[in-house]
Amino acid sequence: MSKEIEIRGVKDMPPMAVSLGLMTVNKTGSWRNMRPVLIAEKCTACSICWKFCPDMCINIEGDLPVFDYDYCKGCGVCAHECPTGAIVMEEEMR
Amino acid sequence: MKKVVTGNHAVSFASKIARAQVVAAYPITPQTQVVERISKFVADGEMDAIFIKVESEHSALAAAIGASAAGARAFTATSSQGLALMHEMMHWCSYARCPVVIANINRALGPPWSIWTEQNDSLAQRDTGWIQYYCESNQDVLDSIIQAFKVSERVLVPSMVVLDSFFLSHTSEPVDFPDQDKVDEFLPPYKGEWVIDPDNPHTFGGLTGPDKYYELHYMLQQAHKDAEQVMDEVHKEYEKLFGRKYGRIEPFMADDAEVLLVVSGTPASTAKQAVIDARDEGFALGSVKIRVFRPFPRELVKEVCRGKKAVAVVDRNYSFGNQGIFFTEVRDAIYDLEPRVPVYSYITGLGGRDITAEDLVNIGKAAEKKECDNPTWWGVKL
Repeated sequence: MSKEIEIRGVKDMPPMAVSLGLMTVNKTGSWRNMRPVLIAEKCTACSICWKFCPDMCINIEGDLPVFDYDYCKGCGVCAHECPTGAIVMEEEMR
Repeated sequence: MKKVVTGNHAVSFASKIARAQVVAAYPITPQTQVVERISKFVADGEMDAIFIKVESEHSALAAAIGASAAGARAFTATSSQGLALMHEMMHWCSYARCPVVIANINRALGPPWSIWTEQNDSLAQRDTGWIQYYCESNQDVLDSIIQAFKVSERVLVPSMVVLDSFFLSHTSEPVDFPDQDKVDEFLPPYKGEWVIDPDNPHTFGGLTGPDKYYELHYMLQQAHKDAEQVMDEVHKEYEKLFGRKYGRIEPFMADDAEVLLVVSGTPASTAKQAVIDARDEGFALGSVKIRVFRPFPRELVKEVCRGKKAVAVVDRNYSFGNQGIFFTEVRDAIYDLEPRVPVYSYITGLGGRDITAEDLVNIGKAAEKKECDNPTWWGVKL
């Protein structure tokens, strides 16, 4: 597991903008305002959402999609593409 | 070995002698011969480099940046409209600290279409974070490119080597070609510390917040500061190996001069003739060439101007709504000299109009008599 690298000033920095560690600490899912939620009864396990997700944030576990909320930005492409309306976008409550 | 070559071919040969590994370029008058000759070197197997044909200058610099980021010695050449199209990538290159070297042939921007020399194309890139050299002769061109690679790779700041359209690009002059062995000694292969490596992946240039962006720019400025000392060392080493002396500024009969011309590019060589002519008439004129414009040699300019009766800055460029660009830089550098040195701005030679030795003597005389409108558009037809 990667941890946050503390940078206090130029002495800790390389001369150009280059990541010093893995970017896994940077959970970009925190940008999300709307979250996709699955209505499992409506899902036909077609995997169209998995194909269309632009951020590779949908994993198929068993037959059904599971959202990776650590990185999902809430764009809603999956909900838009779902032919049976099995994905709804709900307001992110934090 | 001496060869008679044009400024353009001096550029091509310099990139070959410097062992550039990737050249990505798009042809544009007056730079076309540079690219033609490099592509021939590569096609004939004389130059161990990858030559990338691209669809625009923006792509040319983007490809050079990619090569440099991967640890290759990268080179490109352009002019005028082409350099303007590179502008976005100019920032990227310096902020990414890629030590790319560009040769830019100074050409006036359109409209109206012009292919003749003027410095506004390169000076419009002043604040992109690049080192800039302005060349006086084809020898200067060849030597500056070889030196620029060394300086750039030491401080991780890209360099632009600038030469005048036609006055250098298409004019043949005898140029001394340094031995390859000696150049290899002077300029060993580039080994970047922060380069793209699939076995050690990093994100380059990723989104960076205000908490770190500011410090990155501070480091680029520090690198420019370091470049001054590195250049002085490089000039000494170059002189030792190749016998040719260079400076960030190059004064000519300046010590005992009462009036000083400040010049850049080919007018620097005309100014030497003007100084000789003026001395024959008993007029104590001297000149100083600004060879390195970025980092601006503030302290050197200040010292050479100290005690002068008048300083006349000759600009083949213009910052519309203000003044000649070298003028504002020079006046800023010498502002706090005591006693104050009067400095005058003369605009000359835009769009490739001739700047003669007679013009320069008369500009010196005008400055001595304080005849200047700051700026004076020398010889403008009203």
